[in-house]
Parts: sequence; structure tokens; C-alpha cells
Amino acid sequence: MEQIWQIAYIVAALSIIGSIKWLSSPATARRGVWAGQLGMFFAVVGTLLRHEVVDYEWILISIFIGAAIGAPLAYLMPMTAVPQLTALSHAFGALAAALVGTAEYYRLTPTGFTMTALVIETVLGYLTFTASIMAFGKLQELVPTRPITYKGQNFVNIALLLFAISLGLWMIFEPAPSWVFPTFTGLSLLFGVLLIIPIGGGDMPTVIALLNSYAGAACAAMGFALSNRLLIIAGALNAASGFILSVIMCKAMNRSFLNVLFGAFGQVQEGASAQMSTKPVHSATAEDAAAIMAGARKIIVVPGYGMAVAQAQHKLRELTDALTKRGVEVRFAIHPVAGRMPGHMNVLLAEADIPYDKMHEMEEINPDFAEADIALVIGANDVVNPAARHDTASPIFGMPILDVDKAHTVMVIKRSMNPGFAGIDNELYYMDRTLMLFGDAKTFVAEIVKDLSAQS
Amino acid sequence: MSPEIEMSLYVLILAVPLGLQLVQRVSPLLHTPLMSLTNAISAISVVGAILIAGAGGASKFSQVLGCVAVVASTINIVSGFLITDRMLKMFRKKDK
Repeated sequence: MEQIWQIAYIVAALSIIGSIKWLSSPATARRGVWAGQLGMFFAVVGTLLRHEVVDYEWILISIFIGAAIGAPLAYLMPMTAVPQLTALSHAFGALAAALVGTAEYYRLTPTGFTMTALVIETVLGYLTFTASIMAFGKLQELVPTRPITYKGQNFVNIALLLFAISLGLWMIFEPAPSWVFPTFTGLSLLFGVLLIIPIGGGDMPTVIALLNSYAGAACAAMGFALSNRLLIIAGALNAASGFILSVIMCKAMNRSFLNVLFGAFGQVQEGASAQMSTKPVHSATAEDAAAIMAGARKIIVVPGYGMAVAQAQHKLRELTDALTKRGVEVRFAIHPVAGRMPGHMNVLLAEADIPYDKMHEMEEINPDFAEADIALVIGANDVVNPAARHDTASPIFGMPILDVDKAHTVMVIKRSMNPGFAGIDNELYYMDRTLMLFGDAKTFVAEIVKDLSAQS
Repeated sequence: MSPEIEMSLYVLILAVPLGLQLVQRVSPLLHTPLMSLTNAISAISVVGAILIAGAGGASKFSQVLGCVAVVASTINIVSGFLITDRMLKMFRKKDK
């Protein structure tokens, strides 16, 4: 029996590594999920076969309850809600890690190395738990999405973290009094909440990725506490993945980690917007837009989260079909932070049945804007704001953007002239070559489709 | 340092660069499925949860913690894998 679970763990580790490797391209990605499930299956079965496990009844009941909650969650959530679901899922995973750490602490009351691992596991587990719940709340708009700040906030947060760390150190060096561990737990939970409060909705992609990384690190720490290498491997892969994704997100917004966590981005820039909003814009009707599109050869669509909020992706698919039939080349330019988590926009477009070889990353498609007849911006704002290139006073200065302004004609579908998520006015709207199409994205695109078919 | 810890540290220093390499190769197209997949994998903490919940002669307190942990990590595993698969099913290449 001893060897069987060890072999199961080795197979599980291999499957998990293969799972991420296969996920690298869409052609093999589903095999990746399959491998991941296989890995998890071997990990669970291997563990159940270990001689330490003697009581099966409650474990099986618990697994059943978990599956009964998890499956509907995954099937009922709409694709726009994937970020929330991921945040919620993180919360559960992190809670599990933290509870295991807590149980281990009370079972062994260790000091030294094992306790160091347990401290890391529980602090990361508990803070990721509450932080993920808060992130879920912000994404689901159950709590205000704007950053909540107060004077001395960073000081309070850092002081709290230092206090928690010193309690952790105390427990590592000697068996501490019984109030220390519960206080440590409470501080970790509280720190998770306070960490997310000052972060705006626009920074959620970075934050979710970071929480993913923390959950992985908590797992790896658990691996050290239990001397379990499978946990170390899976946890390290996870931590690495979350870390890389959050670095990519930070780069895409030209911000540093510290700035995301402590910067409280997203307040409306009163001065700048008041100045610019008096300028005239050119607006056009759906009919005008359809006529111009019918005469175009190359169109690049720039979708933003606003498109998904308006549920316009299926109408966009119809527009793409209508234009493609007329011999117009339609492609999609996707900014790394379009949507509410890394790669979210690709999923939303894929859901509307838009083939993935028409979706292009920013660096790949930016040179092509100069040759595009039309750049159609739907529900995107900051990621197409030319101010990021030249206006050193702009809060988004230095952020890489899609070079929409280089296109022959720019069309922007927008509800009104209100500034976007980051609250920054956009000079793109006032260009001579820009046509503003005011209205709800879904109905407007539908009208363009109708006018296009009327013309033919 | 005990040989156990030494071995674990070796595993960690090999696994981290491996993870960085693997993840860097994933196309940005699939970053959301990557995140939900790694999210499911992070629920490998179910291993620890089962060991706590199933341990013989443990206190009621630790058994309860263990069972809650098993429930929580199973939710994470099941929802993580199912949503990943649901998303990947939608990615297709060419027009019909």
C-alpha cells in the first residue's frame, strides 16, 4: 500500500505539469484540462489510500457537498462573470489551505521550520480568503467598486501586517500563549479586507492574478509543513502563473505592483475633464456608419468591457459576418487589460462564436492600424486614449495603448460623453477623423447590421 | 537541516522556474482559462484537507476543520475545471 499512493502522487505531479504545458495553445488546451483533472483524481485517490486516513465517511460526504455546490456555480455563471467566479473559487481554495494550517497547528503546536511553513500557509490562506471575497464583492458590485481611501490608510495596513508577522515570529521561536494564534488569524483575515478596499475596479485583473499567486504560495507552504512534494510542485506552478499574469497586467497599465496595491487609482480627474468636454465632436447615425463600412476594405474592431456589459458581442458577430460576406476584412484588436481579468475579452468573443484567429494581441496588430480604413471602438476608452503617449500630466501616461488614432476613420460607439472607468477624458473623441456613434452598443450594432443588409 | 526539508527545498527551486517557463509560453488568448485552470490546481490543498479530516483519533475540532476544508477545496476543484472546460469549448478556429 505504501508504494501505491507514492506512485499516484508522482503521476499526479506529472499530469499537472502536462496540464499547463498543453494549455499553451488552443489546439491542445482541452487536453490540458483533461490532464489536470486526471492529476487531481490521482492526488485525491492516492491520499485516500494512505494509511493515515482511516475515516472515510465524512470525507466522501464533504466531497459530495463540495461537488454539489461547485458544479452549478460553474454552469450557471455567465461568461461576463468568470472573474467573479474565479475570485470566489480562490476564496474557497485559500480557506481550505488556511483551515488545514489551523488544524495542523492545534494538532502539533510546532515551532521552528514546520511552524514557519504553517505561519506562511495560514497568513496567506486567510488573507487570500477575505481578499478574494472582497474582490468578488467588488466585481459583482455588491460593495462599491470605487477605491475607498482614508488618511493614514497605508500606515494602518502596514502596521497591521507587521503586528501579524511579529505574532507569527513569536510562534515560530517558542510555543506562544493560547491567544496568539486566534489573534494572528483575525489579523490575517482583517488584512485581506483592508488590502482590497483601496483598490479600484479597474485594477481587479491584476489583483485576481495576484490572489491566484498567493493561493499557490499557500499551497506550497502547506507542502513544506506536511513534507508533501506534490503540494510544493502544484503550489509553485500556481504561484508562478499568478505572478506572471499580474506582471503582464501591471505592464499593460504601466504601473508597478506597489502602485496597484497602494495607489488608489481611479479618482476622476476633475480639472482635465472639465476643460475638454466643451469641445465639439462629430457624431453620425447608424446609416452613415453602415455606408462607410460597406465601402471599407479593412476594419479593426476594438472591444472593451463596455461591449460585454451591453451584451453586444452576438450582434458584433452578426456585423462581422455581414461585412465578411461583402469581402471586408474584419479583425479584433485586444488590449491585455480589456475585460475584468487577463484574457477575458477573448473568452467573451469566443462565446459569441468569433473565431480566435481573428483576435489579435496589441503588439501584433498595432502596426496595422495605419492601413485600416476603419477602427471601430466599442465600449473601450482608456486603452485607446492617445494621451497615454504624449500627455505627461495624464494619469495613464506611459500605458501602452492600441494605436486606433492612426486609422483612416475612427468610429466610437459610446453611450454618452461621460468619462470612462478611470475617469479620464479622451482626446480621441475630438479628432476630425473620429465619428461618435451615440447609443447603446447592442442596439447600435444591430442597426448597422440592418442598414448594411438594406443596402445590398 | 533535515533531509526532508532539504529535499523539499530542492523541489521548490526546480518547480518555480519550471512554472515560470510553462506559463510564459501560454498564449494571451488563453489567459483566462489559464487562470481558472491554475485556480483549480491550487485546490490541491484537498490533499492536506483529506489527511486532516480522515485522521484517526483526531479531535472533533480538527475533524470539523478538515471536513470544511474538503468541502471548500472540492468546490474550488469542481468549479475551476468545469468553467475552464466550458470556456475552452467555445474557442474555435475558422468559420464553418
